[in-house]
Formats: sequence, structure tokens, C-alpha cells
Amino acid sequence: MIRIDSVTKRYPDGTVAVDRLSLEIPDRSITVLVGPSGCGKTTTLRMINRMVEPSEGRILLDGTDIREQPVNTLRRSMGYVIQNAGLFQHRTILDNIATVPRLLGWNRQRARARAAELMERVGLDSSLAKRYPYQLSGGQQQRVGVARALAADPPVLLMDEPFSAVDPVVRKGLQEELLRIQDELGKTIVFVTHDIDEAIKLGTMVAVLRTGGRLAQYAPPAELLTAPADDFVEDFLGTDRGIRRLSFFASSALELTTTPIVAVDSTAEQIATRGAGEAPYLLVTDLDGRPLGWGEPGELTAGRIDPGRLLPYGRPFEHGRESLRAALDGAVLSPTGWAVGVDGTGRVVGVVSQQTIGEAIRSAHAEGGDAGATAGAEARVSG
Amino acid sequence: MNVLNFVNAFFSDGAHWHGYDGIPTRLAEHIQYSLIALAIAAAVALPVGLVTGHYGRGGNALAFIATAGRALPSFGLLVLMVILVGFGMVPVMVPLVVLAVPPILVTTYEALRSVDPSPVDAARGMGMHESRILFRVELPVALPLILSGLRSAAIQIVSTATIAAYIGIGGLGRYIIDGLYQRDYEKVVGGATLVAVLALATLGLFWGAARVAVSPGVRRGA
Repeated sequence: MIRIDSVTKRYPDGTVAVDRLSLEIPDRSITVLVGPSGCGKTTTLRMINRMVEPSEGRILLDGTDIREQPVNTLRRSMGYVIQNAGLFQHRTILDNIATVPRLLGWNRQRARARAAELMERVGLDSSLAKRYPYQLSGGQQQRVGVARALAADPPVLLMDEPFSAVDPVVRKGLQEELLRIQDELGKTIVFVTHDIDEAIKLGTMVAVLRTGGRLAQYAPPAELLTAPADDFVEDFLGTDRGIRRLSFFASSALELTTTPIVAVDSTAEQIATRGAGEAPYLLVTDLDGRPLGWGEPGELTAGRIDPGRLLPYGRPFEHGRESLRAALDGAVLSPTGWAVGVDGTGRVVGVVSQQTIGEAIRSAHAEGGDAGATAGAEARVSG
Repeated sequence: MNVLNFVNAFFSDGAHWHGYDGIPTRLAEHIQYSLIALAIAAAVALPVGLVTGHYGRGGNALAFIATAGRALPSFGLLVLMVILVGFGMVPVMVPLVVLAVPPILVTTYEALRSVDPSPVDAARGMGMHESRILFRVELPVALPLILSGLRSAAIQIVSTATIAAYIGIGGLGRYIIDGLYQRDYEKVVGGATLVAVLALATLGLFWGAARVAVSPGVRRGA
């Protein structure tokens, strides 16, 4: 565990970057430091590997002051990822990744073998091994940066706005990749960002810092969304925090119905029976069970339903894996007001109305409350 | 008679190809003086440029030294040195080194300063020693610019080393000075041509060195 103990950073000109900050960073989880520019989040991160020395206070790593070991030994035990990747342009991708193992005295062959392994882990094609950084896209370079930080298998990973310089689509991919890698490796990650959505998506714990380097709130993301500590945090979280909080409730709580579903080759009798339920529309699927669209029972021609005349079904949600937010989004997107639940292969497992989703949200809030938000974060669901 | 005829006459005269005043001897002397001067200048300027560039301090002092060095006339310095220490190699080397130090010093400093700071930050953050950062991270990236500084210094030395002949030492300057004195313009033009060719060869040498020494990852765009 990393313990930041009442740390202050004051520069000679009197500027205070970090002001009596105390944080306990749990092992094997992602702790995000987030805040506006000038809040001292990067300074705090850089104090953990002593790129910046605190003016007051101390930082403990597993109970020992980090100043008790040689600075380069400390740094080699912590992976370090920075915004523009900071790759060595004169070295190949493979040799970039092998840097820290080489510093630790591994022979070239072993270091390169390890680097090749890391390339695979971060999703880089092995054909890139002999390329130089300038031949890679921004997203690929950042993957190399992550691989390089992981190469010596350090227990701690420090990441300073690593995904800020890439476009939103690439960023989303990198974030998901990081969560996947973290599932496999279980590092103690300290992650700095100015993007609250990124903080909520990645963080097990989120520390919101305010300008002047003071801690505004330190909580799991769901709790942050439910109970912001003050106006500053609430303002920083931005709009839609109610909707965004739904990301922390699993859609498995939803009871889906299979009644208003017919296959594309259904008989008149099937259409009549299925159409008699509460739903004003029927969801038509293809013969594999994948959704085609919604239609009114009276409009559907038995035996040969024309998919071109059906209403769109919005974005289906993966039942159980995705959150209530995804289900609600699906319902809002469909003109019928019903969301379509699918399994991992895209086959329909049932449908659910906005009304049922609304009831599930109400009961989730009732069960959750303030205390339950913590549990919600641990049982985080994607989407 | 035009210049090309002079050149042709000079090089086709067999007497110019052997003996202590032959082209091979004079060329070897010239190359020797140039190499010694470049080596001394590099030994002085490279370490200073690398260290000041790495730490980013002393830029103003360097600019002052460079300007002062460039302002000193080589020929004047040669005469001054002869007065101070008498004849020999030292009075020749001093002006050549003074001429070569500023371009090496200033470009090395600038080359180090222009290295992207983020790989340096990353290297420091992963626990690399400062000397290793300088030699393994900054130097390979700064190398094309450093080589260009050495190249201009080398070319200036090659063309200026002719002054050695003024104080009775060898080198290609012999042909120019003796030719002028004897009104043998064939000799003057021949000597000048040799100096020019040697300067071009130096240029080619540095181009080749850059091809070999600079990483393909850095070379693009340079």
C-alpha cells in the first residue's frame, strides 16, 4: 500500500502545488487522481517516484518511507507512463520496451524475449517489433509506453495522463485494454487525469483535487456520483450524474419478458397470441434469434414478415454484463420505448419496457443508498 | 589562359606528384594538421557542450565565448602566437582550434536543448542515471545536429589550415603562398583546387558518418 501522509509541495516562489494531502492508495487497484489544471495531481504522482520531492510530509510504500531506498531502485520498481508516451525515437519498439529489464542487468536476449511477451499483452502485433516509434500511430505508441512500464513486472504503475493525447475512439480502446490488463495483472495503479469520465470509468477509488492542491473528496466512483462532498465536486462531475451512476447497477436485476417476440417466419396464430400481451408492438427476430425490428401485430404478414417495414430497435444491451444505463439507453433510442436484451452472441434473450427499467432503477437506489454505492463500485459492470 | 588550363597544367606536371613538395606529401600534411586541430577542438567543445546542454545551464556564457571566438581573426592570431611562442606547430594550432570550438560548442549545446523532453522525463522516471540519460537517450537523438557542428568546424579548419604555410610549415597552403610569391599562378590555382577538393571530401565523409552512426529512427526528417 502507498500512503501519502500529510504531504505539502511548496515551490521557492511560494506557490503551493499540493497542500497537506493525505491518501491511502490500496494495493492491486486503480486509484485515480482527478481535478482541474493546477490542482497538483501530477505533482502528487511525481512525488511517489521522487521526480518531485515533497516540502513536508512523507510517502510510505508498504510502511517504509520511500526515501529510505536509493532513488533509482525505487523508480525501477515503479512503472512510469507519461502523456506522449516518451518513447526513445532512436530505438526499435522492442528495445524501447526492454529498457528497464536492461537497466536491471538482464541480458539482451532475455530482455527482448520479455519485451516480445509484453507486446502481445498490450495488443501490439509482433510485426511492429523492429519498427521505430515514428512509424506508429499515437495509440500504438501509448501501448508501447504501457508495455515499457510493465516490462520489469513492477508492483506499482504510475500513469500521468497517458491517454489524453489520443482521439476519443482510440482512448476508449486503451481504457478498456488497461482494465483488461489490470484484471490479469492486478497492479497498484495510480492514474492521473483531468477527465472525470475517465476517472469514473477506470477508478476503483477516485481522489478529486481542487486548485491549490487540496483534496476535495476521496471515494469510489459510484459514491462520488451519488453523494458529491460539496459544490466543487458536484460541479466538476458535470451534468447527467444520475444517468451516469446507472453504470454501476447491473442489468441482471431487470426481469425481461419473451412474450412480445416473434420469428420472421411466424404463423398468423403465433402473431395473434404473442401480440395479445401488454406490449403494443412485437419484436421480430431472424431465424437465428437476432433482432430485426419492431412491428404492430396487425401490420405483420404471417409467414413472410418484411424486415424493411419494421421500426428500429435502438441499441440492444447485453443482459447481465452491461448496466442499467445501457438498458435505459436502448429503451430511449427505440421509438417503441422498449429495450432489447441480448446475450454475448447477439441473440435476443428478452425485451423490457421503460417502465420496468424505471422500477428497477428505483429499487436499485432504494437498496443502494449511500452505503451500497461502495459495493456497487466493486461489482462494476461495463457499459 | 583560363583557370581550368591552370588546373590542368598543374596536375599534369609530373614534378608535382613526388618529393617533399609533391601533392601526396602536402596533402598528408594538410590532413594531419586538420585532424589534430579538429581533435583538440572536439575534445574541448564536445564535453562542455554536452554537459551544459544536458543541464540547460550556461547558454549565455557559451554564446559569449562563441561570439568572441568568431570575432578573432585567424591570421592575426597566428602572428600573435608566433610573437608569443615562436615558430612551430603551436602557433598554427591555436587559431585553428579557436576557429573550430564555437561551431562545435554552440551546435552541441543547441542539439541537446532541442531533444524532446518527454523521453528524458520517462528515462529519469524509470530510474536511469543522468550519465546514461545523456549518452543513451539524448546523444543519439542530438547526433545529427552535433555532427553538423563538427562538419562545419572541419571544413573551416581545412580551408584555414593553409595559413600554416605563412610561418614556413607545410600543407596545401605552400602552393598558394609560394605560387603567389613566385607569380606562378598555375601553382596558386592548383593549391586552391586541392583545398576545395579536400573540403568537399570532408563534407562527404561526414555525410557517410551520419548514415552509419545515426539511428534510422532519428534520421528521417534530418
